[in-house]
Amino acid sequence: MKRLELISRILITVAVLEAIGTPLFIWARTPLIHAKVAENGGWSPDVIHANAGEPLTLHLTSDDVVHGFAVGQMDMQSVDVMPGKVTDLTLTFDKPGIYTFFCTRWCGLNHWRMRGTIEVSGSSSDPAPASPPLYIFLGLNIDAPHDAHSIPDGRPSVISGQQLASNLPFEQSVDYYHTHSPYQVFKELKSTSLTEAQRWDVVASIWQSNTTPESLANGQHLYAQNCAACHGENGAGNGVFADKLAAAGETSKQNMAGDANMIRQTPANFTDPARMLGASPTLLQGKILRGGMGTGMPSWGSIFTPEQIWDLIAYLYSFQFEYQR
Amino acid sequence: MAKIELTRSLFIKNALKSRYPQLAIFIVMLVGYVFAILAGLIGTPVGSRNFSIVFVWIAWWAVLILVAVPFFGRGWCAVCPIPLPGEWLQRGAVLSPPDKKPKWPNLRWPKFLRNIWLQNISFLLLALFSSVLLTTPNITGIVLAVMLFAAIGLSMIFERRSFCRYLCPVGGFIGLYSQTAPIELRIKNKQVCVACEGKPCYSGNENGYGCPWDVFPGGLTKNTYCGLCMECIRTCPHDNIAINLRPFSADLAKPSTRIDEAFKAFIMLGSAMIYAGVLLGPWGTFKDAAYHVGTSAWFIYAIIFLAIIFVILPGFFTLGILKTKSALPLKQRFASLATALIPLGLMFWVAFSLSFVLTNASYIFASLSDPLGLGWDLFGTANAAWQPMLTSILAPAQTLALVGGLIWSARTAQKAANEIKTSSIPVIAFCFIATLVMFWLLV
Repeated sequence: MKRLELISRILITVAVLEAIGTPLFIWARTPLIHAKVAENGGWSPDVIHANAGEPLTLHLTSDDVVHGFAVGQMDMQSVDVMPGKVTDLTLTFDKPGIYTFFCTRWCGLNHWRMRGTIEVSGSSSDPAPASPPLYIFLGLNIDAPHDAHSIPDGRPSVISGQQLASNLPFEQSVDYYHTHSPYQVFKELKSTSLTEAQRWDVVASIWQSNTTPESLANGQHLYAQNCAACHGENGAGNGVFADKLAAAGETSKQNMAGDANMIRQTPANFTDPARMLGASPTLLQGKILRGGMGTGMPSWGSIFTPEQIWDLIAYLYSFQFEYQR
Repeated sequence: MAKIELTRSLFIKNALKSRYPQLAIFIVMLVGYVFAILAGLIGTPVGSRNFSIVFVWIAWWAVLILVAVPFFGRGWCAVCPIPLPGEWLQRGAVLSPPDKKPKWPNLRWPKFLRNIWLQNISFLLLALFSSVLLTTPNITGIVLAVMLFAAIGLSMIFERRSFCRYLCPVGGFIGLYSQTAPIELRIKNKQVCVACEGKPCYSGNENGYGCPWDVFPGGLTKNTYCGLCMECIRTCPHDNIAINLRPFSADLAKPSTRIDEAFKAFIMLGSAMIYAGVLLGPWGTFKDAAYHVGTSAWFIYAIIFLAIIFVILPGFFTLGILKTKSALPLKQRFASLATALIPLGLMFWVAFSLSFVLTNASYIFASLSDPLGLGWDLFGTANAAWQPMLTSILAPAQTLALVGGLIWSARTAQKAANEIKTSSIPVIAFCFIATLVMFWLLV
């Protein structure tokens, strides 16, 4: 009997220690990257280290709702990060540097704050020279009011503009398009014999000639994924988070600097002709790159490639111009 | 219907007399319990993917309320692992009693606490936090750990299973509802017990321990406080203890006279109704209030919760029986007639549980393969999709449970009223209205 008592005690002790020890051991050796809505902390950890040229395997899990994971400026499909499940992902970084990873699902009001960095170390033979964005190079104040003083009666037509433009001795370089707002071009066309409506049509045709259907499609895709949550599917600044952003502005008004805060919390309305026709591609690029400080507009400079940003800008103007598809 | 003595079967009797089958189950249960605590503390915070939530509040709860309690009464208590570590310390052994006992104080439980009010309170405490408890693995882990350590702590101060008998929030209602179960532990012949020297079933001998539930089996008339631990089967020198199959709700023929038990019936009835409304109902405001513990909305919810249980339900019940003719004082009538609420409450819980158990049972498959949410796939079911089960039979099954519960409670009310020579009509009316409300909330 004594022996059986001893065996029973050992059995209980071993079983309980096993039930605790084994899972604890495996748990300690499973480094998960936890995703939580930004209000509860966002990514944890939010800094990941890797070596250039070596595969980096990540185990992603969400502690609350569905999130997404993607690394900025990298050619990869974003993956979904499901609550309580683990998504494995292997990435290889060719060049050292600091990469930004971000949430790709509209998980909550502060979705865009869900970001982290991957610090990739290694030696690089050709460090990419950093060039300042165009708006800084040009000394453009992207926070200054830029509304167009005159707007067309209807949506300018590309078809009619193309016919008119072919008869005009008009410079159409990419730099010209980048640095001029539609309204500036409209003003420059004043010297011609065209009516105001015809001049807007010409502007529309110039804008179309600086993009491609692929570019627009890519821009539309990026917009739907990253911008529509706040700016709305139709660009009217009425996305699903718009009301909540305004409400958040209402709260911040009480302990911050006044009404301006609340107004600036409202997402930009791309269907507003005065706002859009007064904005040059460079100005929009600056806003997208940098984000709006003090508003909910994220900075996308570390996430989108330059080409992606130009595609997006081309798409933004389609809320004003009747492009040919 | 006559009773059938199951322990006449040698196989059953030997299986119960031997400590090893029970010990084997205890160990498996303890491993599961400890793992549930661990999963709650270190596993994914997503409740639907965490072992602690899925196995405790879906799997265990389903087995408990749909099978164990209705058919086996305190059957769960017979295999519950919570007392095991504490008893090991208290007894100094896990098998038969050792020669020398450890020197713990082994105090008697204080007399003024020898009732189920502490269990009523512990259940209500959990009930008020249930929205958080049922969905947050961390909290579930902590509560499970607290229960285990409370049982260990009490074992070292007080004699026998004080935690189970007087504190366990689950044991309280299992005891209440075990009276309806078709199974019982009773003595075979009273004269044998009267003549028995030393009463080893209560004080223990070399074959086993004195009743851990502080009950003298010779005096058992109802299941409420018998934990089916089987010690008395082992200790009885006269083979005078039997496990019987019996008609449902046999214990309710003799209504209780205890006010703590009467209130237990109201607590359970009211909680089932409130849960049906708050957890399953369409009212977001209630859900939010119940979930946000500590906010003013939650305090209002808590006050309403307690008011329904302690004022509104007992109030209407009392109003109903106030004018009935009886020789007994109101308090005694109240306690006796509340017996009718026992089958009603049990069936309310069955109907309520059917709904969320069938809805959420599919989480068990995923959680089985990946209990901590670490990306494991032990049985290849980690990616099993959530899918409500048997949705077509849910409403009919709930209706059956509620209607069956009403008929059952009406019969019980008649018997209880007969016993104390009063009218059962107000009680049946009360049960009828409560069932209508529950029907409206659930089906």
